[in-house]
Amino acid sequence: MLFNLSIKNLSLAIVLLPLLGAIIAGFWGKQLGRTWTHRITILLVGLSFFVSALVCKALFYDHMDGYYGTIYTWAISGGFHFDVGFMIDHLTALMMITVTFISFLVHIYSIGYMEDDKGYQRFFSYISLFTFMMLMLVTANNFMQLYFGWEGVGLVSYLLIGFWFHRESANVGSLKAFIVNRIGDMGFILGIAAILTYFGSMDYLTVFKAAPHLANATMTILPGVHWNVMTLTCLLLFVGAMGKSAQIPLHVWLPESMEGPTPISALIHAATMVTAGVFMVARMSPMFELSQTALSTIIVIGGAGALFTGLLGLVQDDIKRVVAYSTLSQLGYMMVGMGASAFSAGIFHLMTHASFKALLFLAAGSVIVCMHHDQDMRNMGNLKKYMPITYIAFLIGALSLSAIPPFAGFYSKDAIIDAAHLSIIPGAHFAYFCVLLGTFVTGLYSFRAFFMTFHTNERMTEYTRQSLKESPWVIWLPLVILAIPSVLLGCMLAGPMLYSQTGLLGNSVYVAPQYNVLQTMSLDWHGALAMFEHSIYSPAFWFGASGVVTAWLCYVVYPAIPGFFKRHFAWAYFILLNKYGFDAFNERVFAQGSVGLGRWLFYTADAKFIDDFFVNGSGRSAAWFSKVLGRSQSGYLYHYALAMILGLLVLLIVFLLI
Amino acid sequence: MTLFDYLIVGAVLFGLSLAGILINRKNVITLLMCLELMLLAVNMNFIAFSHFLGDLTGQVFVFFILTVAAAESAIGLAILVVLFRNRNTINVDDLNELKG
Amino acid sequence: MAHIPLLSLLIWLPIVGSFAVMLTRNDTHKQTARFIAVVISVISLLLCVPLYLNFDTSTALMQFREHLPWIANYGINYDLGVDGISMPMIVLTTLTSLVVILAALRSIKVKIAQYLAAFLLLQGMMVGVFAALDSILFYVFWEGMLIPMYLCIGVWGMENRSYASIKFFLYTFLGSALMLIALIYLGLNSTSFSILSFYALPLTKSMQTWIFFGFLLAFAVKIPMWPVHTWLPDAHTEAPAGGSVVLAALMLKMGVYGFFRFSLPIVPDACRQFQWLMIILSLIAIVYIGFVAIAQTDMKKLIAYSSISHMGFATLGSFMIYEIVRNTGNFRDAYVSLEGAMVQMISHAFSTGAMFFGIGVLYDRLHSRMIKDFGGVAHSMPVFAAFFMLFAMSNVGLPGTSGFVGEFMIIISAFKANIWITFFAASTLIIGATYTLWLYKRVFFGPAVNEKIAALKDISGVEIAIFVILAIPVIFLGVYPQPLLKVFHASVAQILYLSQMTKLG
Repeated sequence: MLFNLSIKNLSLAIVLLPLLGAIIAGFWGKQLGRTWTHRITILLVGLSFFVSALVCKALFYDHMDGYYGTIYTWAISGGFHFDVGFMIDHLTALMMITVTFISFLVHIYSIGYMEDDKGYQRFFSYISLFTFMMLMLVTANNFMQLYFGWEGVGLVSYLLIGFWFHRESANVGSLKAFIVNRIGDMGFILGIAAILTYFGSMDYLTVFKAAPHLANATMTILPGVHWNVMTLTCLLLFVGAMGKSAQIPLHVWLPESMEGPTPISALIHAATMVTAGVFMVARMSPMFELSQTALSTIIVIGGAGALFTGLLGLVQDDIKRVVAYSTLSQLGYMMVGMGASAFSAGIFHLMTHASFKALLFLAAGSVIVCMHHDQDMRNMGNLKKYMPITYIAFLIGALSLSAIPPFAGFYSKDAIIDAAHLSIIPGAHFAYFCVLLGTFVTGLYSFRAFFMTFHTNERMTEYTRQSLKESPWVIWLPLVILAIPSVLLGCMLAGPMLYSQTGLLGNSVYVAPQYNVLQTMSLDWHGALAMFEHSIYSPAFWFGASGVVTAWLCYVVYPAIPGFFKRHFAWAYFILLNKYGFDAFNERVFAQGSVGLGRWLFYTADAKFIDDFFVNGSGRSAAWFSKVLGRSQSGYLYHYALAMILGLLVLLIVFLLI
Repeated sequence: MTLFDYLIVGAVLFGLSLAGILINRKNVITLLMCLELMLLAVNMNFIAFSHFLGDLTGQVFVFFILTVAAAESAIGLAILVVLFRNRNTINVDDLNELKG
Repeated sequence: MAHIPLLSLLIWLPIVGSFAVMLTRNDTHKQTARFIAVVISVISLLLCVPLYLNFDTSTALMQFREHLPWIANYGINYDLGVDGISMPMIVLTTLTSLVVILAALRSIKVKIAQYLAAFLLLQGMMVGVFAALDSILFYVFWEGMLIPMYLCIGVWGMENRSYASIKFFLYTFLGSALMLIALIYLGLNSTSFSILSFYALPLTKSMQTWIFFGFLLAFAVKIPMWPVHTWLPDAHTEAPAGGSVVLAALMLKMGVYGFFRFSLPIVPDACRQFQWLMIILSLIAIVYIGFVAIAQTDMKKLIAYSSISHMGFATLGSFMIYEIVRNTGNFRDAYVSLEGAMVQMISHAFSTGAMFFGIGVLYDRLHSRMIKDFGGVAHSMPVFAAFFMLFAMSNVGLPGTSGFVGEFMIIISAFKANIWITFFAASTLIIGATYTLWLYKRVFFGPAVNEKIAALKDISGVEIAIFVILAIPVIFLGVYPQPLLKVFHASVAQILYLSQMTKLG
């Protein structure tokens, strides 16, 4: 055996193979040509997926121990070790397989989607690089490496949103995404600094072990103001999660990120990167569990996001934006799960969401390719006739998203709703209300998109209609593959993941006994089939189904209804269309404000005051002074002689007097 | 005649030449002459001291000074000629290039 | 290797070489001048190899010592030596000089021999500054390097060069005059002018205060710190690309080096007393200058302001240590901060130097520095755009690049001083990203704004070589900074120890 097949080496392979692919495609893409570039990157990511599966098998079926250790020491300073290391446990394994699976499919899909693009090799290099960064994020065993992955995925996301950099909107979107993420990262790094300060280490296990001892420690924020250390740390970390997982009010970048190519929207802005915040909260569960304030904040922000960003999806006409807003809403759900301490449910929803949202995005991408990159749903309609595979794929995704049993989304979403119902955290009632109502909204907007795209009359131009046809196999194959987990993942995993004794996550997450809602819920658990049969008693199902029906009524049966609402609730429509004014506010206050402040500081404080007044001012005053002194230099010899004589006299007198 | 009388003469000569330099606004030649006069005043003092102190060194020095003064006025006049050639004037009031 | 005077060679070889280059006189012998200059700077870099290999990282003592009497009556000697702080700076100096000389081969068209000679002279002087252990020798090199830099800006600069060069000269000269007074005072009260002898010199509080401010003005102007920073944007804007690179990569570092070598160990009590001032000035540099950078319309000015902002981190890391030690009661955390400042200095040299060089590349082609004249450069110069993105990301402090290491170490240790210091320091994550990426967006992205940009030729040959030379350390230090930190350890510990002593005695 050349390599020892330990978990450590397998994980190294998982992480490094995509990096290798990225480097090869990035440096030698031109020499390799298109075909070989995608062959190599797909092969490497596929291998990475395969090895992830091996690790999962080792962990879940063979019940092997994970791995926790250092790969290499990044730096030592002042006795602190900054390491790069792995923590491979159940949570990591699940994330690894999710990431590599979706990434693998998106790689394949991209062959078709990016077919005519000039930056083909660059694109493959980027997505492989992204996979590497995301894997570094999930495998980290310390906060520094987490931060590395965290920023790394942000970078690749920035590069990919701005992939078509000749488009102004893409450039604005990428810049906005990076900066808004950076706001979150600022909170995140403050959190890391707090951790190093109070725990004296960056290693997860050391920190988690020490966490209970610091549960009641306080620190002074301002003279006289003391805050709980754990709460502050968790909130700061959560600010990072808000940036990355697009929680209100840092959600503004996600809709703009749709300027990137669609495979990217599926991989980064739906399935993996945006869920990093959720993953982080679950990973840090031993800390978050110690702070009720932090959990409360998470559940309220998550709940608000679940409902209010979902509502925005109702008025969008761009098919990708609808899906983007639904991502925002679903991220809210996951956060509610986290806040309710139902970490397993949140991660479960993360996984189901990864498959059905990637499915929806890729299906939308298939539609977009077919429509010659027209994304406006008002120009679509009755596409089911032309692209049956995409149609069915999108339908499955939408059903799963709308929590219709027995699709995957139903199980995970229902668990979150139940958890929010049972949670005793302050704010849980609000969150419960939001997620429940959100289910209705989800059904409504996803089927609005579905009906507008695939049913109703054909509204496209004649030219487009001529060329409508099903996408090539590289595009539809990933859809078909993704449809499988979108249907089955829920009923297969709901039991082991949520309700079994240790749960699929095992010891990866820690739940405080008083918050353990999942345990309460597991008492009512009688298997996936029973849950399916009892779904008629589940409010989630009824809300979701009524959303679907409403969409059908409004957009297929009585298309006049939306117009009626638009007319009579113009104010609400206006608010939704303007996204509650977040964008306008950010644009006016933050963007223009900081540029204005910068200009003022530069032109007034720096250029006028310091440079002109002080610096050149002292130059000018020296010049003025020399002019004044210069007047005494008449140039006449006799004046100088007189001055000399007078000077001599003065000196003589002085010496005489002393 | 006492040393004092000689010194008075020297001081008067010096004062005259100084006044000449300070008051004269007309001609550079006058200035040069005043300078010579000033040196003569110094020479006067040298000789007087030399005589009354019985030390010949002072009188030797006077020869040196006279030589140097001659050279100096020669150079001064030469400069004056060049100056006149360039500016067509030797009027002191016109020569204030060094004005600040 | 003790018998080979390595440091003297590193100082005098380029200086002698500069005269050799100058002997080629006018532009008719361009090739000879280029050849000599490149050979000399390559040899210098090779001389750094034994310097690095034979360097003993386990001790804080000065190594490669050279000692010759100079003005023995006053205790002034030709005294050289390096420790873990100056050795990396010397390597950095020779590396950067090589890059600048390579860059000059193509971009400088007139008086190239004199230009190369100026930079060789500068290189020797700067190595001298870092290697000098005698304060007067230090001062001679410190002032001496102003002359070639002044000439560089004044002769090869842009339209407004004479204003900028005089401003640069007067500003820096003003600061160093006070430093000279402080050095003379120290020298007269100590046994000799040796810097190391100053470390043991007891000083009263008021004297320390005077000396502290004497040093502060000299070093603050060099770094530069707010509010004596306004010479830098002008100097950078008017200087040729090579001048900007040297200014940003090396000259600014001398200020912080001065804090490490002089202020912290010589006047520790005054440093302790005025640490609040230094912290506030550093934070102003980080936040205020960051906002000023956002408003720039000139690429070079933008990078110049971003340099000031980044150097704020170095000064913050140097002076935060008192607060950290007071709060934690141990040296461990302050150590991270101090080392972070060192790393920040080194890494800033690569990323900012490379960005200035990149702007030089654009200027060579389009003769403009204004952002509005650009747009869509990435279409015609993809390789260049990729390199510039790497350096921009390092400037932004992205993990995996060298820019991250220093900022990260300083930010995380700042929390031990005060949460608000951390807050303002960390705001650079946002501000830095804004100005850097906005610049990038406006220059590189978007459609090509005119035919000239569409017809731009991508970088090639020497230019790629230069970028690669700069890119390797950026990535290497980001991925594995430990080798560099190891060099710092002993010396930084020594400085930290000295800075925490009291000299009131």
